[in-house]
Amino acid sequence: MTQDTAQPVAAVGDAPRPPDGTDPALLMELYRQMVLIRRFEEKCQEMYTKAKIGGFLHLYIGEEATGVGAVSALREGDHIFTHYRDHGHAIARGLDINALMAELFGKVTGTGKGLGGSMHFADASKQFWGGYALVGCHLLLAVGTALGDTMQRKPGVTMVFFGDGATNGGEFYEALNFAQLWKLPVVFVCENNLYAMGTPLEVHSSVTEIYRKAAAFDMRAERVDGNDVLVMREAALRAVDHARSGQGPVLLEAMTYRFRGHSAQDVQKYRSKEDVERRRSGDPIEVFRRQLLAWGVIAAADLRTLEHTIDDQVEAAVQFAEASDEPGVEWIRQSGVYAAAITVDPPIHGE
Amino acid sequence: MPVITVREALRQALHELMQDERVFIIGEDIGHYGSTYGVTAGFLEQYGAERIRDAPIAEAGIVGLAIGAALVGMRPIAEIMSVNFSLLAFDQLINHAAKIYSMFGGQMHVPMVLRTTNGWTQLSATHSQSFDVMFAHVPGLKVVAPATPYDMKGLLRASVADPDPVIFIEHTLMYTVKGEVPDEPYEVPIGRSALVREGRHATVVTYSRMVHLSLQAAEVLSREGIEVEIVDLRTLRPLDMSLAIESFKRTGRGVVVTEDWQSFGTSAEIAARLYEYGFDYLDAPITRVNFREVPMPYSKNLELKTVITVDRIANAIRDALK
Repeated sequence: MTQDTAQPVAAVGDAPRPPDGTDPALLMELYRQMVLIRRFEEKCQEMYTKAKIGGFLHLYIGEEATGVGAVSALREGDHIFTHYRDHGHAIARGLDINALMAELFGKVTGTGKGLGGSMHFADASKQFWGGYALVGCHLLLAVGTALGDTMQRKPGVTMVFFGDGATNGGEFYEALNFAQLWKLPVVFVCENNLYAMGTPLEVHSSVTEIYRKAAAFDMRAERVDGNDVLVMREAALRAVDHARSGQGPVLLEAMTYRFRGHSAQDVQKYRSKEDVERRRSGDPIEVFRRQLLAWGVIAAADLRTLEHTIDDQVEAAVQFAEASDEPGVEWIRQSGVYAAAITVDPPIHGE
Repeated sequence: MPVITVREALRQALHELMQDERVFIIGEDIGHYGSTYGVTAGFLEQYGAERIRDAPIAEAGIVGLAIGAALVGMRPIAEIMSVNFSLLAFDQLINHAAKIYSMFGGQMHVPMVLRTTNGWTQLSATHSQSFDVMFAHVPGLKVVAPATPYDMKGLLRASVADPDPVIFIEHTLMYTVKGEVPDEPYEVPIGRSALVREGRHATVVTYSRMVHLSLQAAEVLSREGIEVEIVDLRTLRPLDMSLAIESFKRTGRGVVVTEDWQSFGTSAEIAARLYEYGFDYLDAPITRVNFREVPMPYSKNLELKTVITVDRIANAIRDALK
């Protein structure tokens, strides 16, 4: 049994100094990513209310430390799969926010040419294989890329994100079994935000400490404070090292909290305003900002400059998306559906 | 040219394909058990456990892993013993394999093949079904269902070479069917039908095992002076109806034979296209031969009344000629 005991959820914000040897530039980069995700998504909400963005809009606001900390443990050649709440992971992986905003606007300059939308950000060049919208089902794809890498003797690690609500379906158990059975380099990151859409954790899962579910597979697992970006990063580094060294997969349970509704339409009857407000007072971005200032890593003026730069970038992304063209009708022909040209004789829809 | 069975033709294709290091097989009981239908018997010993991957009985996992491995450059051949079990993998096939190319704007593609089987022999209601139409309904999938050893070998090679996900449908009652197959490698293109019998009185459109039963029915009718033309579709998506429509325009009478339920099934689509493109040539209503529309009964007498027989096909052709 390699399972670690649960780590107590550390109180954020009281560390007297950054972890030894932490590069100030790295701290700034983590902060930059978190703020970029926050501002990008606040802008998304605004554009959604202006009907510039359609469909579902699932915001990651409040959970930024989890995605940023976890993704920071990866390197080039590693793989990411995620779920429909995918904006944060995409930005952390360095996807171009112009292309992301354009995707939300349904424009051809989007990451998926405007065919995927909010739930389906992807960039194959960064091995960011996409956001998937069937809960838990993408875990198997992640095990598949790890299998492919292993068979090709490539050193890549696959990281896959999912929520607490994804850990009750069969695909979760199939994925964990396959990964552990074949000792594949997968880091499963469960973002436990305490709700499966609007159903509370204790209502939907017989075991509420999700990391313990790994015990059934003799898999290494750890519960961490996903709201502390440095704690998250350290745990992810340990997990990635373990996976890359051929010792098999790891399940990380990141405790976090979603400040906004499940989607833009959610009226949040399942939790009180007070609960949400209390959580917001421990906003991971604010806490980290105070830490950076207290540690003297950066001056307040420089932080403000960074934040203004981010605001400008987000505004520029909106302008880019606005100015971009819509995708052409070639995408709704049969040729848009297949990588290899096909002939249908007689053609469908008179194509 | 050597005459071999469907099983042997598939084995030849797989042996050839295994020469490509990117190809591996993942599925249920393909290795240690020795392969349910004998297609991969001996492969584990020859190619090793890394490339002949005995999987847990977890169909979503088998297909999901194949998709993921395909994304990073492998050419997985997933095997699900019976198409009935593929229901457990439908989410992976329909929401992932079929969508990834288009939904992400053409950035990535999924070169995987799912080999699976239709078939029945007193296996009762849940082990005797055909879901061809459910695969063929979905844009993004390609669906191949060959009938002859020659096409089995050539289409399996083409399927594995194809950059898109292909559902390769075999039939448990067809592994011993024999036919001429060249020793050397060759491909049969996906999406091309074939004229398998010439005739002037009626056009039978069919595929997979029903090609053989239709040929037998045609022989019976030939003795009555009825000459039937038979088109083997070979691929259901992308669908090539060109030969069938051309033939129908000559005969004016159509019979569609598909081994599935009639309502909303493959025969409905095939008949609809004949009507759409051959309306002016129609001399009689198109007739269809399918499974009786019930869950497959176990009892042999009822099963034989539920499935398609040579007699039923011959009668349907006679009806079409009235």
